[in-house]
Amino acid sequence: MTTNTSTRFRSTTQAKRSRRSAQDRRVALLFLTPAALGFLVFLIWPTVRGIWLSFTEYNLLTPEKFVGLANYERLFSDPVFWHSLGVTVQYVLINIGLQTSIALVVALLMHRLTQSTLLRGIILAPYLVSNVVTAIVFLWILDVQFGVANQVLEWIGVGKIGFLSDETWAIPTIALINVWRHVGYTALLIFAGLQMLPEDVYEAARLDGAGEIRSFFSITLPLLRPIMALVLIMTVIGSFQVFDTVAVTTGGGPANATNVLQLYIYDMAFGRFQFGYASAMSVALLLVLGIITFIQFRLTRAGSNDMN
Amino acid sequence: MTATLPDTKAPDTVEPASTGTRRRIPIGRIIAWIVMALVIIATLLPFYWMLRTALSTNPGLQANPTSWLPPDFTFGAFERVLGYQSTEEALAEGGSGTGMNFWRYLFNSVFVATLVTVCQLTFSAMAAFAFSRLQWRGRDTVFAIFVAGLMVPSIFTFLPNFVLIKQLGLVDTLFGIALPTMFMTPFAVFFFRQFFLNVPKEIEEAALLDGVSKVGIFFRVILPMSSAPIATLGILTYITAWNDYFWPLMVSYTDSSRVLTVALGVFRAQSPQSGTDWAGLMAATLIAAAPMMLLFGLFAKRIVNSIGFSGIK
Repeated sequence: MTTNTSTRFRSTTQAKRSRRSAQDRRVALLFLTPAALGFLVFLIWPTVRGIWLSFTEYNLLTPEKFVGLANYERLFSDPVFWHSLGVTVQYVLINIGLQTSIALVVALLMHRLTQSTLLRGIILAPYLVSNVVTAIVFLWILDVQFGVANQVLEWIGVGKIGFLSDETWAIPTIALINVWRHVGYTALLIFAGLQMLPEDVYEAARLDGAGEIRSFFSITLPLLRPIMALVLIMTVIGSFQVFDTVAVTTGGGPANATNVLQLYIYDMAFGRFQFGYASAMSVALLLVLGIITFIQFRLTRAGSNDMN
Repeated sequence: MTATLPDTKAPDTVEPASTGTRRRIPIGRIIAWIVMALVIIATLLPFYWMLRTALSTNPGLQANPTSWLPPDFTFGAFERVLGYQSTEEALAEGGSGTGMNFWRYLFNSVFVATLVTVCQLTFSAMAAFAFSRLQWRGRDTVFAIFVAGLMVPSIFTFLPNFVLIKQLGLVDTLFGIALPTMFMTPFAVFFFRQFFLNVPKEIEEAALLDGVSKVGIFFRVILPMSSAPIATLGILTYITAWNDYFWPLMVSYTDSSRVLTVALGVFRAQSPQSGTDWAGLMAATLIAAAPMMLLFGLFAKRIVNSIGFSGIK
């Protein structure tokens, strides 16, 4: 840039530039301080501390006591922990399976039918209300005595179902409630992915005489794979952390049937003040999430792209 | 994250109007629209049911559990929740005599969500500016560490953060609820950096020649030029903060720091198994959701279009 300028001029620009970079450093330090403080204090430090606490016995009142691997040994022989993990996995499978399939259908329909923002707004609406509000609304709709769902079921002759009070129904019901809240968001994510697909491939397929169904299976689905992989990774991680809906609707019952991992951890920490053991379970959940994300990445080849 | 929506043409327009098949009804399209209509009904019906229930009295609800229109139409449930109903009236409509301190919770929610949104956006934007428009040694390494923070799920930091908030003596305060997300999120920094990088260098150079300082560049060039992504992320952050339940549940114990989501949970937990004040509960949930609905009504287009991948990839 400065190759054909005179030496005198070059030295002044250099001086100017070094002054500027000194200014840059000062401003950068100033601008970065609040964010860096928050990052270190509320993200890095708790991560380190969480791992440390998992090796201790801690009840908030007395200083923590190092106990080695005791918490982890307890975890392996704790039937409630494994039950909670099983319940959580069951929830995630139903929740993600239904949510992803419905969202894919909705996204494809929107893509082929309309670009309407109003329609997309309606689809997204449940996402804007909190989990707590959603849980309470469905608690009312599914209420055994006066809920409209059971009234209708009785009217068509099926009979009443204790959606949230029956051990077999509770987890699927909670999974469905959360499908209602999140399916719109997932659909819009997939819809955004569909809009990135090149239109000319479809044109070519149409000219070759391929119908809707044919072009869906041989163009849309393969091209959509990396997007679906990303969507799955994002939603599965979120799904594993289910808490709000369970806490409001069943509180873990009936008879531990909906005692998901996050709820068990919360109860261990705030119900029984065993922060050490609760931290060990958090570490275990973190590991589970890490492993699942890794497997998903490998299975779906999320990083690679079929577009080129 | 935005700009995923170019003005795509409807693909149907290129279809040639072939003669002879003109009267064929596109069965596939009709089925598709029917499925779409069902999805819309399933999405909106719970909202309608909330409204219908909130406008009823509890004895009316028990007598007519399936009526489409609110039985015994009344605004009583809303008055009850907001504390404008006398005890006798409340009992007559099937509510309990004890009110909830609704205005207090509403204030707490507004306070926390506003504090989190304003501070998080400001500090994250400042950090993103340092990572995108300033030259300093080690910049990219520090940024990589920040982005790695995206990998830590919030569930993992909850317990240690609670211990920290407790040691700081901030349990049961609004600041205690806001503090962990007030300074930054890795996503916000990442998101803003993407946009700041796109501001043309020439504009910055011109401003520098005019004697504007680097700090001035941030406030007078970068921020005004990025107002759209700032607004988008602002709305999303506000909604997330407003709807948060787990963390406020840990931190708040009394009315002084109880936000709406936690209050609703408590309200629900305290209501008796039989004779629940459903009309009151639905009125409360509607009022709790109303500010988000209003926000959505005003910025629907922006929110809807903000969901995508271009910011992530």
